[in-house]
Amino acid sequence: MGYSDKVRGIYQDTLQKIEGAGLFKTERKIFSAQSAEIEVEFPAGAPRKRVINMCANNYLGLSSHPDVVAAAHQGLDTHGYGMSSVRFICGTQDIHKELEQKITEFLGTEDTILFPSCMDANAGVFEAILTEEDVMISDRLVHASIIDGIRLSPAMRDTFKHQNMEHLEQKLIQFADKRVKIVITDGVFSMDGDTARLDEMVALCEKYDALLFVDDSHSSGFIGKTGRGTHEKYNVMGKIDIITTTFGKALGGASGGCVSGRKELVEMCRQKARPYLFSNTIAPVVVAGVLNVLETLSKSTERRDKLETNSAYWRQGLLDAGFVLQPGDTPIVPVMLFNAKLAQDFSRDLYAEGIYAIGFFFPVVPNGAARIRTQISAAHEIHHLDKALEAFIKVGKKYNILGKDKKQIIEMYGM
Amino acid sequence: MYTRMNAFLQAELEQIKSAGLYKEERVLVSPQSAEITLINGARVLNFCANNYLGLADHPRLIEAAKEALDTHGYGMSSVRFICGTTDLHKVLEQKIAEFFGTEDTILYAAAFDANGGVFEPLLGPKDAIISDTLNHASIIDGVRLCKAELYRFANANMEQLEERLILAQEHNFRLIVTDGVFSMDGNVAPMDKIVELANKYDAMVMVDECHSAGVVGPTGRGVTELFNLRGEVEIITGTLGKAFGGAIGGFTTGKKEIIALLRQRSRPYLFSNSLPPHIVNAGIRMFEMMSETSELQDRLHENTTYFVEHMKAAGFDLKPTKSAICAVMLYDAFLSKQMADMLLEEGIYVIGFSFPVVPKGQARIRVQLSAGHTRAHLDKAIAAFTKVGRKLGVIQ
Amino acid sequence: MENIKDVVLKYVVDEYLDDPEDEMTYETPLISGGIVDSFSMVSLKRFLEATYKISLPDDRATPEAFDTVNSITDLVNEFLAKK
Repeated sequence: MGYSDKVRGIYQDTLQKIEGAGLFKTERKIFSAQSAEIEVEFPAGAPRKRVINMCANNYLGLSSHPDVVAAAHQGLDTHGYGMSSVRFICGTQDIHKELEQKITEFLGTEDTILFPSCMDANAGVFEAILTEEDVMISDRLVHASIIDGIRLSPAMRDTFKHQNMEHLEQKLIQFADKRVKIVITDGVFSMDGDTARLDEMVALCEKYDALLFVDDSHSSGFIGKTGRGTHEKYNVMGKIDIITTTFGKALGGASGGCVSGRKELVEMCRQKARPYLFSNTIAPVVVAGVLNVLETLSKSTERRDKLETNSAYWRQGLLDAGFVLQPGDTPIVPVMLFNAKLAQDFSRDLYAEGIYAIGFFFPVVPNGAARIRTQISAAHEIHHLDKALEAFIKVGKKYNILGKDKKQIIEMYGM
Repeated sequence: MYTRMNAFLQAELEQIKSAGLYKEERVLVSPQSAEITLINGARVLNFCANNYLGLADHPRLIEAAKEALDTHGYGMSSVRFICGTTDLHKVLEQKIAEFFGTEDTILYAAAFDANGGVFEPLLGPKDAIISDTLNHASIIDGVRLCKAELYRFANANMEQLEERLILAQEHNFRLIVTDGVFSMDGNVAPMDKIVELANKYDAMVMVDECHSAGVVGPTGRGVTELFNLRGEVEIITGTLGKAFGGAIGGFTTGKKEIIALLRQRSRPYLFSNSLPPHIVNAGIRMFEMMSETSELQDRLHENTTYFVEHMKAAGFDLKPTKSAICAVMLYDAFLSKQMADMLLEEGIYVIGFSFPVVPKGQARIRVQLSAGHTRAHLDKAIAAFTKVGRKLGVIQ
Repeated sequence: MENIKDVVLKYVVDEYLDDPEDEMTYETPLISGGIVDSFSMVSLKRFLEATYKISLPDDRATPEAFDTVNSITDLVNEFLAKK
């Protein structure tokens, strides 16, 4: 066949180039459940090591919570393992409808549709609701899955500078003649941990007659005083036209996502969104777990409160130690190192100290903005955070970056 | 704003309804199985699931899922390359490669994502994709996200494929893309001829085994087994969401450099969650079961042969099938829907398909057989089809 | 007519730079340097077409052609000459 040595060679070269540029992603094998402490083998073949995990999206610590696991067991018993069907053929069980209803209540929207993942929700939603007469205006730092969705939609596209309301307003004026204008943003931006000013955005959207779309994947379950998301934090519940979110992070961490919002928009997705129509329904075991998570969160804010306390403690500890952080108040706390190699070396040294936190660099973040993105969980206890802090300080001293500002670190290590 | 949009949407939804294209969901209150319970309490036989091997409620898969829930928890809350790869994920990838006789495997959240993310990392603007017109929607979306030039050939039409390959000679790489089994007709792609042409015109081949893996070939290894091409096709995509237990998850398996590059660049892999460990462990158990015995595959083949023979004998017009999909041709959209509704009253759950899912004038009822069906289930379905078919004048 | 290079540079600075203090030259890599993403390129293309009353076909409006103010200026000049 066509896969000659020549073709093989070409792909081998490409892989070597990725490696040579220091951009190769290596998977570390985990031998335990996702939790504050995990058992890791890294590099491959090395002895397993118990480390503190500082980079999971396990914000509420529910990924291996006994209640969620028990609910999943029960779901397997009552509703089986798989559905082997898309939703509209024979893949809708009572619990799928129940979950849609519970999400709607939790987020304070009109209706909800489940997708196999939030990636699929974002990839499918714009094509389902927009036409070539419309325009999509997105924040420049929205998540990659939204970008794929925008690419698949026939509507015109434009962007505004990250969190820059004047620039957004200019764009809204520029596209005044469009049939539908939709403003697209993440609720919490995953790389920087900052929250979108949804109050200001709602005001602008109302003034210029635009829809507002928010991906709340890194907020649902813990942002806002009862954890409903970024719209709760900014007091605009009920005013967001479309919210997408995932069950793959705080809400149990297994899989699945949804589009929640105005009921006609949701209905359009049911009729037209391709990943919904052409991909499997969410497995009942996963649905059962998420239902349990929502029940827990509706009863008590204990976990999100603990997460908030933990996050503040961690952020303050790093600031006191003299690290450069991205400003914010979410559980995403990026420790800025600017140089890609420094980020990788730093991560390796942390691992030696029993701390699991990986480096992020171009193209995931802009050139010269390499970092260690730490993510705090309600599963962390203060002793975990203290140990992690100690390790960060030790490694920070080794590289002599404590108390140094951006300019000084770049002078020492380059962009 | 929303008021104006709302008016537009309501009009559009009305239009979908009046065109008869509105999709309603029937709610099940039981596990997926040969026999299911609908929300109104009706117990019906299910002939429209992709539950080809009858594994959707198999006790051994449920047991495996429970074991992993206890050892590895409920979710990973991470993409693969951050902290979402467990030992189980690597074992499953290995098992899938062994099953298909390939070099390596990469898991995805869904087969939709496997197909959506396979083209862009591998092919650029100088390359060509030559795609069967009846390929699945997820392949179409994957191609839309890729900059390579697209050539299309009519379903399983080898003359057209050859013409397109000749036209595509100016391109750097050529990739022929086909479903293994086409989901609406149940026909199998002529892989022997496709591979012959690929060799002649220096092209790679990708086959989507979603409806063929577990089903086609003497031991259910898919179309590459059926045509004696194990390990020779460069890229195979497939799903854990149909024959293989039916929960969630998809995969791409094939040449190791291709898989390695997908791990670095495939967007749905990089930006979507790792499969939950309980699903992964059930997948491992499933492939272990497959390698112990071909009992389920054999039963599925027997069931399909039995059903097709008896339906033909009853006088129904069936599309020729080599899979577990049997299209009962009615040619009329209204008739298809009416017949499906009447069959449901007889306790047989099937779905009528019409335009735009199938071409105009090609409306049909699609029956999907399962190893979970017993002989009594099949007899009941054949009797119901015959009764309703006579009543509607479809057969004598 | 105002110098094309400077018009393009000013637009790029206003439209894409978060911090106007950041240094930007005619040769700063815009796309490969991560300053302009592929989406934002669409608005840059629209700006050029509207400002200079030209039409840039998709196969010429490539990330390579849009990578620096200089290369963008060359492209604009080429299409102005064709008018």
